[in-house]
Amino acid sequence: MLGDVFKLFIENKKAALGLCILLFFVTVAILAPVIAPYDPKVNKIETIEILDTDRGRNKTVEREKIDEFNERRVYTQEVETTYEKNTKKFPLNSPPSSDHFFGTSHAGQDLFSQVVWGTRITLLVGLVTGLFTTVLSLTLALLSGYFGGIVDDIISLFTNVFLVIPSLPLMIVIAAYITVKGVFPIVLILALTSWPWPTRLLRSQVVSLKNRDFIKVSRSLGEKHSYIIFREMFPNMISLVMASFFQSTMGAIMGEATLEFIGLGNVSIVSWGTVLYWAQTNGALLSGAWWWFLPPGICIALIGTSFALMNFAIDEISNPKLRKR
Amino acid sequence: MKYFARKIGLLLFALFVAVTLNFFIPRMMPGDPASDLIDKMQGIQPEALESIKVAFGINTDEPLINQYGKYLLNVLKGDLGISLSRFPTPVSEVLGVAIPWTLGLIGLSTVISFFIGTIIGIGCAWNRNKKSATFTVGFFIFIRSFPYFWLGLLFIYLFAFKMPVLPIGGSYSPFVKKEGFDYILSVLQHAILPASTIIVSSMGAWILTMRNNMINVLAEDYITVALAKGLPLKRIKALYAAKNAMLPSITGFAMSLGFVVGGGLLTEMVFGYPGVGLMLFQAIQAKDYALMQAIFLFISAAVLIANFIADVSIMLLDPRVRDGGK
Repeated sequence: MLGDVFKLFIENKKAALGLCILLFFVTVAILAPVIAPYDPKVNKIETIEILDTDRGRNKTVEREKIDEFNERRVYTQEVETTYEKNTKKFPLNSPPSSDHFFGTSHAGQDLFSQVVWGTRITLLVGLVTGLFTTVLSLTLALLSGYFGGIVDDIISLFTNVFLVIPSLPLMIVIAAYITVKGVFPIVLILALTSWPWPTRLLRSQVVSLKNRDFIKVSRSLGEKHSYIIFREMFPNMISLVMASFFQSTMGAIMGEATLEFIGLGNVSIVSWGTVLYWAQTNGALLSGAWWWFLPPGICIALIGTSFALMNFAIDEISNPKLRKR
Repeated sequence: MKYFARKIGLLLFALFVAVTLNFFIPRMMPGDPASDLIDKMQGIQPEALESIKVAFGINTDEPLINQYGKYLLNVLKGDLGISLSRFPTPVSEVLGVAIPWTLGLIGLSTVISFFIGTIIGIGCAWNRNKKSATFTVGFFIFIRSFPYFWLGLLFIYLFAFKMPVLPIGGSYSPFVKKEGFDYILSVLQHAILPASTIIVSSMGAWILTMRNNMINVLAEDYITVALAKGLPLKRIKALYAAKNAMLPSITGFAMSLGFVVGGGLLTEMVFGYPGVGLMLFQAIQAKDYALMQAIFLFISAAVLIANFIADVSIMLLDPRVRDGGK
């Protein structure tokens, strides 16, 4: 079952392209320390080299005769070491060059290293939030769709309400009140404002599956709920669960970039959003520093496109009408 | 009628939830943002301090439920507290100045983008086997993946910095008298870039929705029959397919509205357009919580009402909903 889905998925051109883009960024994130030429926060490299060490002669300072066999002497030796310290300051606000592929910021930090390291935080926040949101909404969807009754009424009502309350302003207001700065609060805020869409999508699938014959048979045979849910319903929902995972992850990456850009995230970490934040606060735009804000935006768009392509492919696989005929 | 009553019920309940969230968010936060803020605001007027305390609900020994009741009553009266950054102007007054700009910019761009997007979507579905359609869809998937604010930055860089043909920000030129033709021209000129940002980045969503709906409809039997009968293709495209595919698209419009408005707010921030979005940005920076909350309430209310209008128009357009079938 799972294998079939995966095979269909890989054979789809759009999905394959999307997967390649995603894997590229995952590789960059994992290998960040290897790929990034410099520390993302420094604006110079200092190298210290020992050129010469001159050990002076020993001088006797103190001499003491204890008895005829023992004697104590204290020597001092002066050592003179010559060091060479090379400081190579990065050029400020310089366009891309062979030393700095994406140029440097106004303070001279290497922007290529920032974007490479930023991939880590951005992907991490995106994937963790996506996973979190998907698990949350799948649980809610199963609770409401499978068990029905009053639980369903309440969950559906709140889903419908939070679906229409605009999530970005809500996100901003919550973030503005949070005094604990870090990555985790951002994940929480993003997940708490993005569950309604997938919940609604997944719930309708649960409801339609519940009324299929094979589930009805299992229920009348008295199978355990857990068996029906995990062994019979879940395999039929995989494509939709994957789709909502992609959607949530993409939403989270955008949301994180947005919060960081407005300055509501943690501006001291290095992510694509904070690179854009610093570019904006330092007037990169009006000094013509296109290299500062262009790469992070393009990276976000590439990741977004990769998820959108995979989503599109899932749509095509599960809805034959959309397939090319 | 049952449909209508249910939608009104949902609207009122959603408004209530938004107000309630507004009340509880500052009170439920971990840590102690209130005293944190008061510590930072050493030396402000005692009245301003009082308004912070009211916003966070730390000025009284009243039980939470009484505070909540009072808060609801105040909101109903339109009393949203006092703005800290523009002390002592009431928040509602501060907000009133920004609202027309936002309604004009975001409202109009959203409607324009919906119409253009829908038309392109129809075209893409109708010509779905042509290269041009595949390219258009791919192109907009890519464009849609850019954050709104980033496209705004790019537009500023290209059209206001590199080729300075359009103003860099603001909503009208300070050198023009606030009346007459010149003023209108200046307002339009300043609106072009932010409006294009919103239109271009939100259009992809409408194109994709409409395209998928339309392809679904085109697979219906009655379309095949119409084709077999030899009806004019234009007639099939417009009246048989597009008209029916529009309905779910309008529902989709209502659903995605919140997202678009959010993007619009960011666009305002980037362009320094004096609407609600820029005000929200300033409120965040000035830690003007009362203003921030009022803006959240206003945006929610606006989106909820727009949603309601979309739902009602579905009722008018779709006989299945109108006649209460389902």
